Amino acid sequence: MQLRSKDLLGIKDLSAEEITLILDTAETMKHVLEATSKKTAHLQGKSVITLFYENSTRTRLSFEMASKFMGASSANVASSGSSINKGESLLDTARTIDVCGTDIIIMRHSQSGAPHLIAPHVKASVINAGDGMNEHPTQALLDLFTMRQHKGDLKGLEVAIVGDLLHSRVARSNLWALEKMGAHVRMAAPSTMLPRGLEQTPAIVCQTVQDAVRGADVVMGLRVQLERQQKALYPSIREYAKFFSIDDKTLKLAKPDAILMHPGPCNHGVEMPTSIYDGSQSVINEQVTNGVAVRMAILYLLAARRNG
Amino acid sequence: MKIKISGGMVVNPITMTEEQRDVLIENGMFVDDLSGQPEQIIDATGLTVMPGLIDPHTHLRDPGFEYREDIVSGTKAAVRGGITAVACMPNTKPVIDNPTIVRYIKDKAAAEGFCKVLPVGAVSKNQDGKELAEIGLMAEQGIVAISDDGKPVLTADLMKKAIQYAAQFNLVVISHCEETTLADGGHMNEGIVSLEMGLKGIPTIAEDIMAARDILIAEYLGLPVHLAHLSTAGSIELVRQAKARGVQVTCETCPHYFTLTEEACRDFNTNAKMNPPLRTQMDVDAIICGLKDGTIDMIGTDHAPHHADEKQIEFGLANNGIIGFESSFALGYTYLVLPGHLTLPQLVAKMSTRPAELFHQKMGRIEAGYPADLVLVDLKKPFSFDKHASASKARNTPFHGWMLHGLIKKTFCDGKVVFE
Repeated sequence: MQLRSKDLLGIKDLSAEEITLILDTAETMKHVLEATSKKTAHLQGKSVITLFYENSTRTRLSFEMASKFMGASSANVASSGSSINKGESLLDTARTIDVCGTDIIIMRHSQSGAPHLIAPHVKASVINAGDGMNEHPTQALLDLFTMRQHKGDLKGLEVAIVGDLLHSRVARSNLWALEKMGAHVRMAAPSTMLPRGLEQTPAIVCQTVQDAVRGADVVMGLRVQLERQQKALYPSIREYAKFFSIDDKTLKLAKPDAILMHPGPCNHGVEMPTSIYDGSQSVINEQVTNGVAVRMAILYLLAARRNG
Repeated sequence: MKIKISGGMVVNPITMTEEQRDVLIENGMFVDDLSGQPEQIIDATGLTVMPGLIDPHTHLRDPGFEYREDIVSGTKAAVRGGITAVACMPNTKPVIDNPTIVRYIKDKAAAEGFCKVLPVGAVSKNQDGKELAEIGLMAEQGIVAISDDGKPVLTADLMKKAIQYAAQFNLVVISHCEETTLADGGHMNEGIVSLEMGLKGIPTIAEDIMAARDILIAEYLGLPVHLAHLSTAGSIELVRQAKARGVQVTCETCPHYFTLTEEACRDFNTNAKMNPPLRTQMDVDAIICGLKDGTIDMIGTDHAPHHADEKQIEFGLANNGIIGFESSFALGYTYLVLPGHLTLPQLVAKMSTRPAELFHQKMGRIEAGYPADLVLVDLKKPFSFDKHASASKARNTPFHGWMLHGLIKKTFCDGKVVFE
């Protein structure tokens, strides 16, 4: 089985079978990561470019590590220090990268749909590493991978997603992915951070964080995106922390073996206290490791598809 | 020049009838009898003859944005769509906020244009929403209305003054209804599609609240106001209620608001990005209902040409608007007349007679004493709308490849053939 599209633009475009294929492939890749010599030849002779218009630590680093572990030649185009700062259009930049002999472009952009714009105009495969408020598909895939490692089957899993649902591409991608895999999603946020239309999705919107977390198998916090916070959607950080954080007491409402997740970076004391972030139920650092494995799997599958 | 157009089915949007008869033109005017033998006889057998259409809401981009459109290319595209007069909005560069720019547009249109151009002056200087523009001086030079289109008049106080002052010069204020703190830089209708695409939404109440405000101001003053390009069920209902109370409110919608929904934005299609945004099927149904029951007086295109570089970019950064001249009649005919929502004379009234009344122009009738602005249209043969054939400089339309009825065959402006 292969991925159907040359690009990975969003979870919305993937089938449940494709998601399973990626997760299964990531299992193999995780063994590579655990080996003493982290080297494969899967991307030998392939070129991978990271094109990041927005800041990133985890996503960019894990993609770069994944490329290097698999023997690709990789380079980074940052918006500062490139012609992007001279006002070059996104399409022109993408075409330029493409004709340098690039096989895979990994792209992050503050505008929703930016990777969808370039994908039809380049021969390279385009991986969406986060576009505006739309999708962050590789994050959702690493989240599912982590859930599957801990919980086995995703079907029937109760997943609580808590925080800034309005701006979160992580929440959107997770919602679409979990829905496809048969999991149940409950969501809670300050009501000013609930996007209109959420009631038309399969997600159950809860009045309180406690309602969402109660009986859950997985509890996922979302970062309060201070950089996207154009106008005050909540009165103060301390009020947010008081009513919308996942604290010890709240986490106890989940199933005893529930895992706690967060896509990072975390605002400690806002989304959750440090005691929880570092606590026994937290799999937050595991998510990062799994991110490398999942991104290796995606790079491998897209490269395999290119080889025909 | 004496012209006889014979054998066509003539639409009368006053009596709301159609009859097969000859139409006579002499010296650029319709006449009851020619002074001698016709010098030209045009056989219109099998065709429908309509008054030239009048588009109450367009952007010609001239002066200032001639790379998008200018008075020549814009009016050429208009006559290809059967339009013989266009009201052009003032968001040019410089803004139409003084008599000199009005004169420039009128003169250029008269010298080089393919149809009549009716400039709309700004409400406020530089469309800044602070001080009234020189409305009286612009009226002397021929503006037909005032509007800060695209930049809504944010303060109720300025809107009240504008309606009052414009009325003194027999001009109506055209309101672009948008409460900008609610629209807040959104890119499409707020709802399930904006959620699924991760785009910031514009709630319907951004339009409804401004419509309500301007209706109340007009009602308080007992003066007219015209609401532009309405897109929501809510604003239509507000107009319906206001009309029932006797408020002098008129309004228009655009072809895209009765043919498309927010679904057209999927795949980040920037040719479906406009302001107000495409809404839901419920809104489309309400607009068709409003057209049927007369709540919506007229149809304008909001023709908004943009360069490809302003559309083939990130959805959130792309400019709002689509071109509309060459598809508007066919969309109206295909989506309103063929399904039985409107009769052909009703559609023609909304696209010619009613805009003529709004602007107090002697146009929009095939009647002795009126200028011979006329369109011959083939209603029978379907055609595929081809954006590449457009006379506009722009190609930003979501209707490329649509099968439509209502192909314009020939357009006369003041008795002269301007398109065939």
